[in-house]
Amino acid sequence: MTVAIVDCGGANLRSVQRAVELQNMKSIITNDKAKVSSASYVILPGVGSANSVMQSLKSNNLLDTVKHLTSPVLGICIGMHVLFDQSEENNTECMGIISGNIKKFNPELNIKVPQMGWNKVTFLQEQVKKLDDYYYFANSYYSQIYNHTLATAEYGQPFAATIQNNNFLGCQFHPEKSSHAGKRFLNYFFNEI
Amino acid sequence: MITKRIIPCLDVKNNKVVKGIQFKNHQIVGSIMNLAKKYSNDGADELVFYDISASTEGSIVNKNWVSKVADVIDIPFCVAGGIKTLEDARQILNLGADKISINTPALINPNLISQLSNEFGSQCVVIGMDIKFKDAEAYLFAKTGNEKTAYCTNKKAIDWLLQVQDLGAGEVVINAMGQDGVKTGYDLELLRSLERKCSIPIIASGGAGGPDDFIDVFKKTQVDGALAASIFHRNEFSVGQIKEALRANNVNVRI
Repeated sequence: MTVAIVDCGGANLRSVQRAVELQNMKSIITNDKAKVSSASYVILPGVGSANSVMQSLKSNNLLDTVKHLTSPVLGICIGMHVLFDQSEENNTECMGIISGNIKKFNPELNIKVPQMGWNKVTFLQEQVKKLDDYYYFANSYYSQIYNHTLATAEYGQPFAATIQNNNFLGCQFHPEKSSHAGKRFLNYFFNEI
Repeated sequence: MITKRIIPCLDVKNNKVVKGIQFKNHQIVGSIMNLAKKYSNDGADELVFYDISASTEGSIVNKNWVSKVADVIDIPFCVAGGIKTLEDARQILNLGADKISINTPALINPNLISQLSNEFGSQCVVIGMDIKFKDAEAYLFAKTGNEKTAYCTNKKAIDWLLQVQDLGAGEVVINAMGQDGVKTGYDLELLRSLERKCSIPIIASGGAGGPDDFIDVFKKTQVDGALAASIFHRNEFSVGQIKEALRANNVNVRI
């Protein structure tokens, strides 16, 4: 049971790996196609920008590999954004695993951009209500609420805090930086997806 | 909605946490790891480590403690002090810090802000603004880690705030130098004068003496977080106590 943490050049690899270790899971940081395909779980950590993450996946020939994964996949922050069709961040074409577009927060809604800090997340289905908590966010771009939204939060307007489509789970917050709430969320990913 | 953040600040010198008054007379208050764990367990929303040995001595010092901090806490933290280049910043972020904060190097080379923001994302880039009044006008100070090196720049706080925002900073820490360590409350007037023009998160710093100061700063200004050192280091109040007082006064905090 190995967790592949895909190295997209972001700086939070170490924190993500540490959080995975705390779940008693073995992990590797890799951008090797074969290792990603054969992993029991795959995490796209995603710090940087949508285009830099897409560029990194492309140059390592990982786009098709990720799209066709049947193991549980977790996209964190920009790792979640690249699962969508497109991101407004540098008008980046993304993987299209989940339909919808990523937009930039609108400062006219009387909010600061980026969103930085702990926001209250509400899960929509009864069986995951136990995950309702404060989670740590650091983002300028977001997903609006589509039908695959698993949890929502408010920042000037409601937005998608967690999404799920079959084996693909995405979170806008950083579970690796969200203390106990983040631990419970990762436990959900490893045991219930 | 997003909660207001309480941020203990740990001034680091020679691998120990120290605290001075108005940037002078630093005394050792404890070990980095012990205090980081303690504040994180007490409910701190994030931590700031300010390496004051680095910024005044002109070199980036041994930062191995950054990775040790990353291993023991699971909340975000920011590292400041001595970061002058993209590579310095990359090193700190790769060691596990979530944000880097720069002050003097940004004043000397403002383009560093846009370089950092393009490379790592604006959410990683915090600008520390050390401010003091001169002829009733708020000015930026540089090299503030040591009173001997600190000097007043010709930059007005409001102009600099607008400039760093345009260059891609993701957050600013407004540090009222006159209030540092004196525990008579945050400089509400300064914060109010700056926040009107600010579209990125603002953290208030300098002057926290007790729960009422936190209540005041969140009730009377729009700041997103409040930073404090002495009251936590001296065990006068815990982060949890401050948050309870805030919640009792209808300030939205994470408990």
